[in-house]
Amino acid sequence: MTFSFEIPLLILLIVTAAGAILVKDLVSAVFILGSYSFLLALVWAWLGAVDVAFVEAVVGAGLATMLFLLTLFGMAPKDTQVHRPSSSWPALIGLPLLGGLLLYAAGDLPKLGDPSSPASVHVSPFYLENSMQHTRTPNVVTSVLMDYRAFDTFMETVVIFTAGVACALLLGRHRV
Amino acid sequence: MIHPYDSVIVFALGRVLIPVMQLFGLYVLFFGQYGPGGGFVGGVILGTSVILSILVFGLSESSGRLVSRVLHGDGVGLLIFAGVGGLCLIGGGAFLNYADMTFPGLDVASRRYLGILLTQIGVAVDVAVTSVSIVLSLAVTNEDRDSRDDLPLPVGEGRGEGEHV
Repeated sequence: MTFSFEIPLLILLIVTAAGAILVKDLVSAVFILGSYSFLLALVWAWLGAVDVAFVEAVVGAGLATMLFLLTLFGMAPKDTQVHRPSSSWPALIGLPLLGGLLLYAAGDLPKLGDPSSPASVHVSPFYLENSMQHTRTPNVVTSVLMDYRAFDTFMETVVIFTAGVACALLLGRHRV
Repeated sequence: MIHPYDSVIVFALGRVLIPVMQLFGLYVLFFGQYGPGGGFVGGVILGTSVILSILVFGLSESSGRLVSRVLHGDGVGLLIFAGVGGLCLIGGGAFLNYADMTFPGLDVASRRYLGILLTQIGVAVDVAVTSVSIVLSLAVTNEDRDSRDDLPLPVGEGRGEGEHV
């Protein structure tokens, strides 16, 4: 049943990714990238990562698309068209080689949801078993992000703050 | 300043949709401990609702000055997050170890629950204010460029031209 759903989704994902790269008009590329983010959110949801899917849908398809569009509207019309040079021979040979290597290595990855894979035997069981007693938080993703790994999240917040300050300094001429 | 978008449909829909968006953002923020979501997504939704209201209803010169003054509080969210960590330090524990926050009448699990909630609010404020700030910077830059369009400027120069005006 899931088989009939996942194959068209992955094909659409590849088509939108290629379209966002190949299209000549940057505004169209931004919209195709937004639909790519939405399809990627569906893939995350299909893999069971609902929190990641939510962030991908809200940030990737919503906020990032709007930021790209606002940036494009601030540019001269001739700058939103791209004229790409034809691909070079090393790229045409090297990238399929790299893809083949990755596909070869992917054969060694553990199966999806395998309980004996390295990622799900070391610390994940501890979080899953103790999150409710330790933090009264049923959503283990939130308790890991905000409690067990709070320092990582703190630094991510610092990154967002830095990005906001940098944008205000670079673009906010009205405030100076 | 940003002009309001001149359309009855956009106005009517914005009046209905923006409060619903904000309510949904608050729901996502405060129910992040029970379902998908949390501070980051809730903050983005709240910030996006503010951006939508700015794009639909416009921003006059006076309220624009007010908004840019509010945006000076960019670090309030970060301050909430770091402040929770500081409370843990004051309580005699490690930075961001919520179990050491001193709140009378709360057991360890409730303290960690409260710590998660407070830091999520901090993240949400930080993300929301940052997204509004970036969009406002971009939009105001575009507005400046538009208002100079009646001058005979050479076509296709970058935005660097504005620095000398």
